[in-house]
Amino acid sequence: MAFRGKRPEHGGPPELFYDKNEARKYVRNSRMIDVQTKMAGRALELLYLPEGQPCYLLDIGCGSGLSGDYLSDEGHYWVGIDISPAMLDAALDRDTEGDLLLGDMGQGIPFKPGSFDGCVSISAIQWLCNANKKSDIPAKRLYCFFSSLYSVLVRGARAVLQLYPENSEQLELITTQATKAGFTGGVVVDFPNSAKAKKFYLCLFSGPSTFLPKPLNESNDDDEEVQESEFTRESEWHALPPQRGSTRGSAPSTHGTVPLVLTLVSTDDTR
Amino acid sequence: MKLLTHNLLSSHVRGVGPRGFPLRLQATEVRINPVEFNPDFVARMIPKVEWAALLEAADTVPKGPIEGYEHDEKFLRQMHHVLLEVDVLEGTLQCPESGRLFPISRGIPNMLLSDEETET
Repeated sequence: MAFRGKRPEHGGPPELFYDKNEARKYVRNSRMIDVQTKMAGRALELLYLPEGQPCYLLDIGCGSGLSGDYLSDEGHYWVGIDISPAMLDAALDRDTEGDLLLGDMGQGIPFKPGSFDGCVSISAIQWLCNANKKSDIPAKRLYCFFSSLYSVLVRGARAVLQLYPENSEQLELITTQATKAGFTGGVVVDFPNSAKAKKFYLCLFSGPSTFLPKPLNESNDDDEEVQESEFTRESEWHALPPQRGSTRGSAPSTHGTVPLVLTLVSTDDTR
Repeated sequence: MKLLTHNLLSSHVRGVGPRGFPLRLQATEVRINPVEFNPDFVARMIPKVEWAALLEAADTVPKGPIEGYEHDEKFLRQMHHVLLEVDVLEGTLQCPESGRLFPISRGIPNMLLSDEETET
């Protein structure tokens, strides 16, 4: 979803933004439901779980349970965490199969080490980047989130977190903290040429680094070589390519560089 | 909240670390929810189960995993019932280290910490 107006995170904390009215949209608005469900499907696909095996998954920012329902339909069991009581109420009304927790991901994931076979998150983690209370330090909350996530995942498990980064600095902040917490991985950008359809999935591995899934693009043509990168502690780090029209250059940060993505650089902004 | 979830939940109050587990469950309202039996899933969860915590939380539970449990349908069905079909609707979870209580309402544990309790 392209944000035409103000980003929701700038208006206040998520538990206030996701009130009863907002929650209602996730239950009634078919376009909203469709977008969220598609992203859940893509995230689960990127999770590359062993085929035919029912898994125990964590859904961060589970909201009204749209993504959770998708996980249940695929035969998995899940626990969802969300900070909005109104969204969780909607989930209760929808009678989701997964367990729900009222919690703040920035405070850590309250589970035993090695509890989950995988983790998905749809449209949630960008909320960690904005300080809503004076005491909030985004980098610390991000680190607390990622380090506890690393711990609660079974060794070698993956986390796929779909997010709406505001800019490259924000994405860099997020990936830096994920790397510090011990994750390897990268960002998969689907439909990089489309302002509307472009989606970011942060794919994290808690074990030795493996391959990165191939992003989707408009033609799904194998000839179009989409660059993929991994980020590891030892590798190089580059910020996302600058926005079109921006005068800022893409100077890499000075220390511990890690390569980030991959998008097809195109001057064509169709759709 | 299913007992499987309770069995894996841990307190994340600042300073408790690995001593924040298991949370002591006091259930005031419980309901039984039929859930489709999936022996593969139950068998895979058995190694993760903290038996002492499960024995304390539930009434009729096998005392521990038996030899060859992966193929023992009776055992797996018992575990399936306890772990996935017992749903705690109201009650509290208590951190064994700090004593902090996390309330459970409508099946949802409230794990929100105050600023002082947060691990930063």
